[in-house]
Amino acid sequence: MSDIKFPVIQEKTNCTCSSTAAQSETTIPDLKQSFVSGCLDTPAGRLPQVSSTLERQDRWGSIKARWGVGRMEYKVDPGLYALGMPDDKSLVFVSANYKMSFDLLRQALTGRSGWILVLDTQGINVWCASGKGTFGTEELIKRIESSSLKIIVSHRKLILPQLGAPGVAAHRVKKISSFNVQYGPVRAEDLPAYLDAGFKATAEMRTKTFTFKERAVLIPIELVEAMKAFLIIAAVFFIISGIGGPLGFWANAMNFGLFAVLALLCAVIGGAVLNPLLLPYIPGRAFSIKGFSIGIVIALILLCLRDINLSLLPGKIEAMAWLLIIPAMAGYLAMNFTGCSTYTSLSGVKREMRWALPLEMACGAAGIVMWISALLIS
Amino acid sequence: MKNPVYLKNVVTLQLDENKCTSCGMCLDVCPHEVFRMNTKHVVIKNRDACMECGACSQNCPAGAISVQSGVGCAAAVMNAMLGRNNGECCCGPADMDGKDTGKNYCC
Repeated sequence: MSDIKFPVIQEKTNCTCSSTAAQSETTIPDLKQSFVSGCLDTPAGRLPQVSSTLERQDRWGSIKARWGVGRMEYKVDPGLYALGMPDDKSLVFVSANYKMSFDLLRQALTGRSGWILVLDTQGINVWCASGKGTFGTEELIKRIESSSLKIIVSHRKLILPQLGAPGVAAHRVKKISSFNVQYGPVRAEDLPAYLDAGFKATAEMRTKTFTFKERAVLIPIELVEAMKAFLIIAAVFFIISGIGGPLGFWANAMNFGLFAVLALLCAVIGGAVLNPLLLPYIPGRAFSIKGFSIGIVIALILLCLRDINLSLLPGKIEAMAWLLIIPAMAGYLAMNFTGCSTYTSLSGVKREMRWALPLEMACGAAGIVMWISALLIS
Repeated sequence: MKNPVYLKNVVTLQLDENKCTSCGMCLDVCPHEVFRMNTKHVVIKNRDACMECGACSQNCPAGAISVQSGVGCAAAVMNAMLGRNNGECCCGPADMDGKDTGKNYCC
């Protein structure tokens, strides 16, 4: 086993012929995937070869996924891939079959060769998949078998991303498959330093941060989802304002309706954009509190700009309505950001939701009733 | 910048120090430096930093750690309450057949 050298066929066009697999039960990933640059003959058959260089389509795919376009279908065929020109002594890195996870891994290993074992996580990233167990012990053991990894490498070591640990029991993998699981750093970009240090990760490499940049990249998908609800709610507010106000439809809609649309839009931006960006600087631990705080500030600013006649009852009621609706919406959206954050516990989220969700619903409902009342008595 | 901490005194993490063999696996897998190695065994250093991901209990060969693990995601909790989408949120096809039925993409 130890002196096997694998001939490399660089031309991808030559890869399309039938596999030379000695073991017919070996599952080999699709060689025709766009990012496959060539193929490599191994004792288990002809495996797809990839490089560390991301192409324009890989980057464009990432951008689209961040905006929610084709996100659930952004997948890599599960199985074993050759990165560069690995041999039987090369390291084996395990990844998820979300294309962005796979791309981050191969990009981080620039200048190195190795094997990438892609688990079937249904196109979900490593951390989310390990949380629900699809990036898990069973799938890993199954994939080790189906890829014939044991006849391709002479060692018995796997490097897993640290964030895969919630789904994988290293000692069980060792017991059942004889492979030693080593948890690499949290971030793929730290892999070279980890490898060069002799498989040692520093405390920083072991810690999941939530930096400005890490929060910012999550905004598009939050915004896209929130905007879908916004468009419907804004349209309803616009129509109600036209019908309910004291003047003709368009006069009402231009006065009350346009402001309503603007206020709702600002609430969405507060909850889905400002909250993620300013997260550590906004007072409060509960995300709903953070969202409420932003919402109140936004409502006050908007009301100053609106120039409402606060000496009259309808003005007072309308102002009060927006002081309820905007914080309720921003608070709700901010609460939903717990799913994207890297440090909220399930017990904590449940505790927060116990009071925050009823409060948000009550404020929202009361606000809407007051806003309609203000329209009717104007 | 130091990582922010979520709500206090709510985490379900439990460590049985008598069972701990001080292998240090939990120190490796924890993404929030919750544990610290004592002279004899591991101790919980920063309980409130725990996000209940379950990596430590899953990887403890001695079974010394327990935690009610789950994804701290409001959308998932709501879906569970409403019996929608298998109680999953975002990152996932609702059913395990790999069919994408959910529209709740968040993270």
